Amino acid sequence: MAVNKDLDIKVEYVTRVEGHGNIVVNVKNGKIEKSEFHVVESPRLFEGMLRGRSVFEAQHITSRICGICSCGHSLASIEAAEDALGVTPSAQTIKLRKLLLDYEFLDSHILHVYLLAAPDILGVPSFVPLIKTHNAVVRRALRMKKACNDVCDILVGRHVHPISAIAGGFTKLPRPKDLDAQIKLLEDLGEDMAETLKLAATLKFPDFHRETEYVALVSDDGDYPLLTGEIGSTDGKRFKKKDYRKATNEFVDPRSSAKFTKLSRESYFVGALARFNLNYDKLHPEAKKVAVALGFKPVCHNPYLNTVAQVIEIVHCYHHALEILRDLKKNGVDYSQELVVGVNEKGAIPVRAGDGVGAVEVPRGILFHNYETDAKGLIKQANCIIPTNQNINNIEHDFAKLLPEIITRSKEEITLALEMLVRAYDPCISCSTHYLNVTFVD
Amino acid sequence: MTNASKTATKPKVAFFDFACCEGCQLQVANLGESLLDILGAIDVVEFREVMSEKWDKDYDVAIIEGSITDHHAEERIKKIRARSRVLIAYGACACIGGVNGMKNSFELDEIRRCVYGKDFKLFDSVKTRPVHQVVKVDYFVNGCPIYPPELVEVLKCALRGLPYTVPDNPVCVECKLNENVCMYDRGVSCLGPWTKAGCNSWCVNNGNICYGCRGEVKNPAKNAASDVIGKYKLSAGLIKNKFEMYNKCKEGDINGGK
Repeated sequence: MAVNKDLDIKVEYVTRVEGHGNIVVNVKNGKIEKSEFHVVESPRLFEGMLRGRSVFEAQHITSRICGICSCGHSLASIEAAEDALGVTPSAQTIKLRKLLLDYEFLDSHILHVYLLAAPDILGVPSFVPLIKTHNAVVRRALRMKKACNDVCDILVGRHVHPISAIAGGFTKLPRPKDLDAQIKLLEDLGEDMAETLKLAATLKFPDFHRETEYVALVSDDGDYPLLTGEIGSTDGKRFKKKDYRKATNEFVDPRSSAKFTKLSRESYFVGALARFNLNYDKLHPEAKKVAVALGFKPVCHNPYLNTVAQVIEIVHCYHHALEILRDLKKNGVDYSQELVVGVNEKGAIPVRAGDGVGAVEVPRGILFHNYETDAKGLIKQANCIIPTNQNINNIEHDFAKLLPEIITRSKEEITLALEMLVRAYDPCISCSTHYLNVTFVD
Repeated sequence: MTNASKTATKPKVAFFDFACCEGCQLQVANLGESLLDILGAIDVVEFREVMSEKWDKDYDVAIIEGSITDHHAEERIKKIRARSRVLIAYGACACIGGVNGMKNSFELDEIRRCVYGKDFKLFDSVKTRPVHQVVKVDYFVNGCPIYPPELVEVLKCALRGLPYTVPDNPVCVECKLNENVCMYDRGVSCLGPWTKAGCNSWCVNNGNICYGCRGEVKNPAKNAASDVIGKYKLSAGLIKNKFEMYNKCKEGDINGGK
């Protein structure tokens, strides 16, 4: 449809996302001149600050990249540190880390689905008006959020910036009463989970499709891969974690100073929808049941439905976490594995020079940490590639396809559609330490 | 609900974030349903992370998260201060600079080039400062992240116009009450002896060390501290380096930097 329309959209600080981002769109005579998503967080320079710090401090520091994803950053950081040091975590440690990731996904996805995304779908500016109109829903959301937070508190001391998960293992392991408390908190969520699924079934999303490449961890075992595995894509690519740079191919776009990523085509997608599309078969049977009930099948090319993929993952992580807890309860926890490391003053862990990579699925997609360390275990160089950075290129390509499809609508409707699209990706801009775009247009 | 009629008299509270991880804001959402009780007593008029609403009048209470790390932030915090009756520095980044302060150990151009390459000049960045080094702060909620019970206490004081005194004894006091084995006796160094209490020795309770996130006590027991360093044969440099993870911006206070 040829529309001779001028449009000038500038959304400063997209709300209900983690961090600061701007949408900039210019249309002249129906021709799109600019459709961009800018990250405007002030640079925090984490990778620079890590230089000279002990690799045993990296988890503590990089967890502070993001409050929402602090467990995910911790786990990617720990994996990178252990890879550099040549430490192989025990089976029990891996199990507990998978449990921690389940909690991180539950917590983050519930926050996103209820408090950040649902207000759009219900046509209100935030959850605050919903306190009046949908009081029971808001109470349920806060109750679920708190329960996820509480299980994390019990497992690792707290959810925002976990305390006991460190390179090497855990400084404190859950006692039987701690396992019971976590099981009870999750079991008590059963009814709220069922209500969440009922709510999910009523949500309507914009009908928009764009084929792209989906990138996530893949594995050959039966586990839905969040912590272990290799990097894979829906275009059939597969790389070892060590070779993450071959998957991300960071490049600078001449029209801005930002770093973008791409793999087999112009852009790729990371996050719940990518994992769903790549690893559907490995979802917990209960999660698959929900996907079938919602009529949600891989491969899905509608980015708005990332929120639905998050709902499916809520179900998966809920059941997966309970299985791990019951297994730990049945088989017991080996407390001799509790560690005191500090900055390794007493040499609890042998140190060597190395170059380590961590690649972990976090709620918003695959996250990479890479540290090069010297013989004393001090960090010489650090690199972090964050899910949101990887998605920005894909978001802009979505904008370019979506805009002509909705160009006849009012400016307000177009703005909302673009904001909703950005929010569907659940972008975490606090995390975007590696990406920054300061090219402003007015 | 009679929210509409009460709104006019409820204190107007706003949250603002600067350079930080936004984890302290998230601690608010983590209060769970008791958040609704707090929301019953106040009127949150801006909270970008979870709300699209905006407010164009003055604030009774502005809660500031994050450090001041660029020129734009400096202008913005001054404008917020001018519109706010009470201003609360919220979390380590706002109160003491926090982990953002580690940047100050490097030469600015050098660290920017390290992260952003040859285009580093496009990325505005100044020395990290906690909020009180730029504008007047009325209340401090320390910690990385903040300890939620303390937030509730500070809010109660701020809304009633009462003073709140941050505990000025070391974390060790709480740690002893919690019957933790001293981390020094477990073979590693810990910043508990130098760091303000008020977190209920959160990290040590969970088997880790204190990293100093609540800032240094006003009058650290220097002799006792050197005894500890001597007894466990530690280098003062090790402790100083650890301290700079959160407390590097303290230099700005010592130098009278406002």
